[in-house]
Amino acid sequence: MAGKNCVAIAGDTRFGVRNQTVALDSNRIFKINNRTLFGMTGLNTDILTLRESFKFQMNLYNLEEEREISPKTFAHNVAQTLYSKRFGPYFITPIIAGLEGEDYTPFLCATDLIGAMEFPKSFVVAGTGEESLMGVCETFYKENMEPDELFEVISQCLLAAVDRDALSGWGSVVHVLTKDGITTKRLRTRKD
Amino acid sequence: MQKGGFNFDLYQRNVELIEKNNYKVPKTTKTGTTIVGVVFSDGVVLGADTRATSGPIVADPNCEKIHRISDYIWCAGAGTAADTENTTGMISLQLELLSLSTGRSPRVRTALTLLKNFLFRYHGYISAALVLGGVDFTGPHLHMIHPHGSTSTLPYISMGSGSLAAMAVLETGYSSKMGEEDAKSLVHQAILSGILNDLGSGGNVDLCVIKHKSMEFFRNIDTTNSKRKFRKKLPYMFKSGSTKILEKEIEEKMRKMEIVNEKENAIEELEEL
Repeated sequence: MAGKNCVAIAGDTRFGVRNQTVALDSNRIFKINNRTLFGMTGLNTDILTLRESFKFQMNLYNLEEEREISPKTFAHNVAQTLYSKRFGPYFITPIIAGLEGEDYTPFLCATDLIGAMEFPKSFVVAGTGEESLMGVCETFYKENMEPDELFEVISQCLLAAVDRDALSGWGSVVHVLTKDGITTKRLRTRKD
Repeated sequence: MQKGGFNFDLYQRNVELIEKNNYKVPKTTKTGTTIVGVVFSDGVVLGADTRATSGPIVADPNCEKIHRISDYIWCAGAGTAADTENTTGMISLQLELLSLSTGRSPRVRTALTLLKNFLFRYHGYISAALVLGGVDFTGPHLHMIHPHGSTSTLPYISMGSGSLAAMAVLETGYSSKMGEEDAKSLVHQAILSGILNDLGSGGNVDLCVIKHKSMEFFRNIDTTNSKRKFRKKLPYMFKSGSTKILEKEIEEKMRKMEIVNEKENAIEELEEL
């Protein structure tokens, strides 16, 4: 979700195989650099593979370009990586959130599993609870929120949607990215 | 690093996952769509709606479906969103390279042949249905391209899930002697008809008017569908602290180390040697 010169990504931390819970602390939101956060949902093996793949690509980018990648470029990189596997895709739905440029304008991008990007100004959702998330974000979202309010709104959205989705829950983490840094908070969620 | 082209490494694994393990595949974003093109006396008008769907959910209420192939050749796309984006992108760069190497401005015919050859190679697996329109030195051209690679050249075209609704309007209103304003209004009405009557199309209307050496893009020319009437006046207010936190971690941006007096020390070391 985007606020005023800040963005936030929230996700749950349950890792399960259909109805069986396997782990309670699987992290699916990764920091790419000081300005970009990257979250994925879907098949866990693909999440881990792509995490390593993008880490490798970003290290190479930093060495070659001698600068940090901008969130928009990173989003295009993700889309290209996913489309190259058009016939045999990675089963993930990624979300990229970051602060773009000198003015730290919020940048949000979501793609489908083959890299069709969309750039909304307000919020992006992904995962098994995405339909509930869509509804609750649509209701609670306001424009130009400060970081504190953004945290409250995105947390309430996630908690509400997670309550209505059997496959999500068991802990959640919220990252709020501003020009001063990233604040990570863990929330109390239902343990069912 | 990967080479260019499509990579089929995960195909085997995906087939097994879907058949043996009944894995629920994430949905691709489709552009259900109504796209329309009309030729008028001086050029071509292309129109499109702006809804991108993921199953029954609207993934993007305001996406751009009219893609640039070259300055005066534009293409509206329906089908799988990733396919239309990447196909038009690839042909756009091929056309640019071709026009640089031949030293001539690109023709609509060339774009048409590149697109149809590309799509035919994949026998319809790349689901991109396109309305290609543009003006080159031979005049205005309008073509429709189906995902399997077949093409037609017509004075007015509609494609996508809303094509029937749009074609009804086009058949009624089209005349070969139309001017620019008539053509724009006809395309506008055709798209609106698709938005209202087809569930896969919606959002705003985008228009693109291409004439000889001129192109005007009217993004969101009609936004009557996007103004929600019953939006709650007072937004929900969450007081600070209403969410219970278990742990909190703050990572401050690493400050760049300031290097002062480095030069002086270096010179001192040299003198000592």
